Amino acid sequence: MQLSGNKNEPETLPASLMDLRRGDAAVLSDIDLPAEDARRLMELGFLPGARVVAGHSAPGGDPRVFQVDGSEIAVRRETARRLKIHQKGRVPRKA
Amino acid sequence: MSACGDCAGCGPAAVATFPSAAVKAVAVIGPPNSGKTTLFNRLTGLRQKVANFPGVTVEQHTGIAELAAGQSVELIDLPGVYSLSPHSEDEQVAYDVLTGRRTDTPKPEAVLLVLDSTNLRRHLMLAAPILALGLPTLIILNMADDLRNRGGTLDTKALSNELGAPVALISARQDEGIEQVREFLAGAMALPTPRSLPVLHDIPKCREWAGEVGSQADYRAPIAPKWTRRLDRVMLHPWVGPLIFAFVVILVFQSIFSYVTPLMDGVKWLFDVSGNWIATTLPPSLLRSLLVDGVWRGVGSVIVFLPQVLLLFLFIGILEDSGYLARAALIADRTMARFGLQGKSFIPLLSAYACAVPAILSTRTIENKRDRTATILIAPFMTCAARFPVYTLIIAAFLPNRQLLGFLSVRTVAMIGLYALGFVVAVLTARVLKSSILKSGRTPFVLEMPAYRWPTVQSLGLRLFDRSKVFLRRAGTVILLVTVLLWMAAHVPYSHGHPPAIRDSLAGTLGRTIEPVIRPLGFDWKIGIGIITSFAARETIIATLGAIYGMDHPDATSMDLQSALRHDLTPGAAVALLIFFAFAMQCVSTIAVVRRETGGWKWPLAQFAYMSSLAYGGAFLAAHLMRFV
Repeated sequence: MQLSGNKNEPETLPASLMDLRRGDAAVLSDIDLPAEDARRLMELGFLPGARVVAGHSAPGGDPRVFQVDGSEIAVRRETARRLKIHQKGRVPRKA
Repeated sequence: MSACGDCAGCGPAAVATFPSAAVKAVAVIGPPNSGKTTLFNRLTGLRQKVANFPGVTVEQHTGIAELAAGQSVELIDLPGVYSLSPHSEDEQVAYDVLTGRRTDTPKPEAVLLVLDSTNLRRHLMLAAPILALGLPTLIILNMADDLRNRGGTLDTKALSNELGAPVALISARQDEGIEQVREFLAGAMALPTPRSLPVLHDIPKCREWAGEVGSQADYRAPIAPKWTRRLDRVMLHPWVGPLIFAFVVILVFQSIFSYVTPLMDGVKWLFDVSGNWIATTLPPSLLRSLLVDGVWRGVGSVIVFLPQVLLLFLFIGILEDSGYLARAALIADRTMARFGLQGKSFIPLLSAYACAVPAILSTRTIENKRDRTATILIAPFMTCAARFPVYTLIIAAFLPNRQLLGFLSVRTVAMIGLYALGFVVAVLTARVLKSSILKSGRTPFVLEMPAYRWPTVQSLGLRLFDRSKVFLRRAGTVILLVTVLLWMAAHVPYSHGHPPAIRDSLAGTLGRTIEPVIRPLGFDWKIGIGIITSFAARETIIATLGAIYGMDHPDATSMDLQSALRHDLTPGAAVALLIFFAFAMQCVSTIAVVRRETGGWKWPLAQFAYMSSLAYGGAFLAAHLMRFV
């Protein structure tokens, strides 16, 4: 996303799992959470570099299920927002 | 023993034999949802016991696995963990047991590591810290049937080579390949050959290692579970999902409160018939009175609930084993979050409608300690099965069976109102707790969605067996003791071969002593005795009142409990009594289990004080407000 010419403007926030719609895939870039919480998520497969696909969600969109490393893990919106993804790696849903 | 030849991957490892000591201990460990417990049940059958690790709230199952040739092995079922780095209580316990640091458990001589073969790469991460312990280890790849059906493959021999430990591909649910596990346990054991393992605390490195090992073993991951995806499209549909959820909850309720009635009547009938038989067989004596009025009536009034409790556990078992429970927790999460709780609190709170004791035990699935404590503290507000007969009795005594709006009876509305009252007070309490003393940090809510599976009869049967044991033990100990004590209190002082009038007995004296305290609520000394005994277990009040009124009017035995209550209570006092029962923590079993699960007296005492004052205050208000109605 290109912002208008002003260079002093902070860049757009890096995208997170929150920005994925159902069926979208993305590659995780980093986990912006305290070490202890990040560890729990990493054990479940949310490792930087992992491919994550957004799945179903509870009514109202929170929490949402993500397919990662062969399992389906539900996390709340507030956590999904902390899981940053590579902007370029974002692949829209196939077909 | 050449048994090892059959086992898929013993080849490269050195074979060591078990020291032929008495009973060998073997630990069973694996990540959650790997089918660890199913395997444990397969190997041990009914020969297992549940114990708690003292000081921590982790449950430990141990069982005896019978092997061929009369050998047996003690299996220790450890909590499901993703890693061995001791960060959580579960992991700490698993680590301590495996390294022999716990004095209450023998140091295991071998390990069964159970992994889900359909998600091998991620689950293999746990193999690194386990193999690093250097104990003889069998790597069990469970759910072979799922792997096969979904087109996944792997080379167990290559995997065994790569890990330096024997590997067995099994399906515990289908009883497939279990003999490999038995052979491993029977004696010929392969020690792991040391391999280069990754740095254990570096998760990305561990995952990389696991991925590489998987590739070396030609692991082809199975395709996504087709049926799970299909079912989730319905179960987690934006509006069909919540409808199914509501349907499931209503079905559970309808079953435990309505469909089960004939069964409960059957049990009651059995107790009545057998009680009468004892009464007619024995000559009139003190012993007969103790047996019939004390023991039989007291214990019978509790065992009547067994069908209800079992049915509830059957439902929870089916929901849990099928995988729907995780979806229910997902759907409930947002609503629970409003009260400061989370989706995983939903099931314990639902279970609390049957009994707070199993509900509190089931809070163990909540990893967040504060959420767990909050759930434990509010669970006893849910209308448990023991309150139900008390409500039924009082409502039937004071409300007409009149129809309201054509289809609902006044009694049903009153009953629903009482259920709602308990729920509302529970969530308000949760809100207060979670915004004050139990405020959580931002520990993320994480919930793994397992694939849907058919529950098996064996696993459900074992669960029911386990629960009925717990329930009957309660009826056989606490409640039996209370009814016998009450009977004795009603017969002291015994003079001239006759028990005293109930008013002058020890029980009556106790009731009259506390009468000034409960008078403002509109209760007399008889209700007072009932309340005292109901602190052992709520439903005891019925047996107590039955005994008291029976003794008080020896010539009017036909006078039933309902009219006796109408005679002694004003409508205001009846409402006060209902409110009192809705709020008070009258259950020693609950107090005991809260103490055990929170690891001390602090929480149960605070909870008891809070609930008792709420009960007294609420009943007082109700009694006084009712005067204006």
